[in-house]
Amino acid sequence: MRDFALMMIGAALVNNVILARFLGLCSFMGVTTRVDTAAGMGLATTFVITVSSMADWAVQHYLLDAYGLGFLRTVTFILVIASAVQFTEMTIKKVSPKLFQMLGIYLPLITTNCAVLGVALLLVEGKMGFMSSTMFAFASSVGYSLVMIIFAGLRERLALVQVPRLFAGPPIAFIVAGMLAMAFMGFSGIATS
Amino acid sequence: MANSDYKTIVKDGLWDNNGVFSMLLGMCPAMAMTTSATNGFGMGLATAVVMAASSWLVAIFRNRITTEVRIPVYILIVAAMVTVVDLGMNAWMHELYKVLGLFIPLIVSNCLPLARLEAFAAKQPPVSALLDGLFMGLGFTIALTAIGAVREIIGSGTLFADASLLLGPTFKVIEMRLLPADMGVLMMILPPGGFIVTGLLVVVKRLLDLRAGKEIQMTGAHAV
Repeated sequence: MRDFALMMIGAALVNNVILARFLGLCSFMGVTTRVDTAAGMGLATTFVITVSSMADWAVQHYLLDAYGLGFLRTVTFILVIASAVQFTEMTIKKVSPKLFQMLGIYLPLITTNCAVLGVALLLVEGKMGFMSSTMFAFASSVGYSLVMIIFAGLRERLALVQVPRLFAGPPIAFIVAGMLAMAFMGFSGIATS
Repeated sequence: MANSDYKTIVKDGLWDNNGVFSMLLGMCPAMAMTTSATNGFGMGLATAVVMAASSWLVAIFRNRITTEVRIPVYILIVAAMVTVVDLGMNAWMHELYKVLGLFIPLIVSNCLPLARLEAFAAKQPPVSALLDGLFMGLGFTIALTAIGAVREIIGSGTLFADASLLLGPTFKVIEMRLLPADMGVLMMILPPGGFIVTGLLVVVKRLLDLRAGKEIQMTGAHAV
């Protein structure tokens, strides 16, 4: 139990998907102009990462390993992820059309969110069991959502600030993200994994 | 007419519409793999090969791919190309492959190739698409090498360290040490440095554009 908790904290905070592993940066920069959009994106991505990691684990275990098809890993994983995204898209469209409209182009782009494929590949590299890989995926995506929401909050403030014209928009956002990354480095003492 | 078109494609890809500095796409490898200029260069080239090949393929089949299934088809084409590059690099450039590791398969989920397929290759003849993919990829390589160079110089005081090991013995000449070893600012190699250097380099590009009398782009491809 203790191991699980430490691993989850490690995945969410210490080795944060965005700030330490540099995965999912397109959505990190793209949809964090408002807190509610960022939260919606975080939620959708959390769902996709968790579901697709479970499916990818099964595929890796029972299909690729069993038949020695390791070289097809990239192709199969991306197919699994694309289906998970399609499923999420249909669900959101039905449940919350407003969120669907806000997320816009970024919803189908979850497929190409490197965080999703990245986490799946990390799991394969880590050779984890089903339970721990699901937990790891879930914790990673919670860390992802957390950083998305924090950063969106920062950017809402940033929009009101007078910034030199050359720095306006993305550059200042990057620098703020750098500082956030520094702050997150403070977590590195909590858990090691 | 075709000539000037090609020129625009080249210029757009390398500078005006640079994937990293203008469109802000493909950021993940641009930060994760740029702890040294050599890594950035290798990552950029691998991406360029994938982009050129997949743009060309998509342009060939552009009339047969229906809009409903286009995204899965694009991704499958990119994934196939990535697998080829992945296996090729594993066989012939094993040292570099070990360094880039996770980020080679992750080219599939790099937004840049997909964005170019959707925005360009799906509507253009194969030759233009091939050029667009190639030069967008080379622009990406330039950007990654630049970020990597800045981080490496400030972070560890070297430039293109290990180039001979990773790319082949002919690259021995470009290995340099610019600052003494103990002058390095570790922060630049660590994740925060990636964000900060990228932000500053976007500013540098804007400054250069401004000098050249061009409008500076205040936003990326997506309204930021």
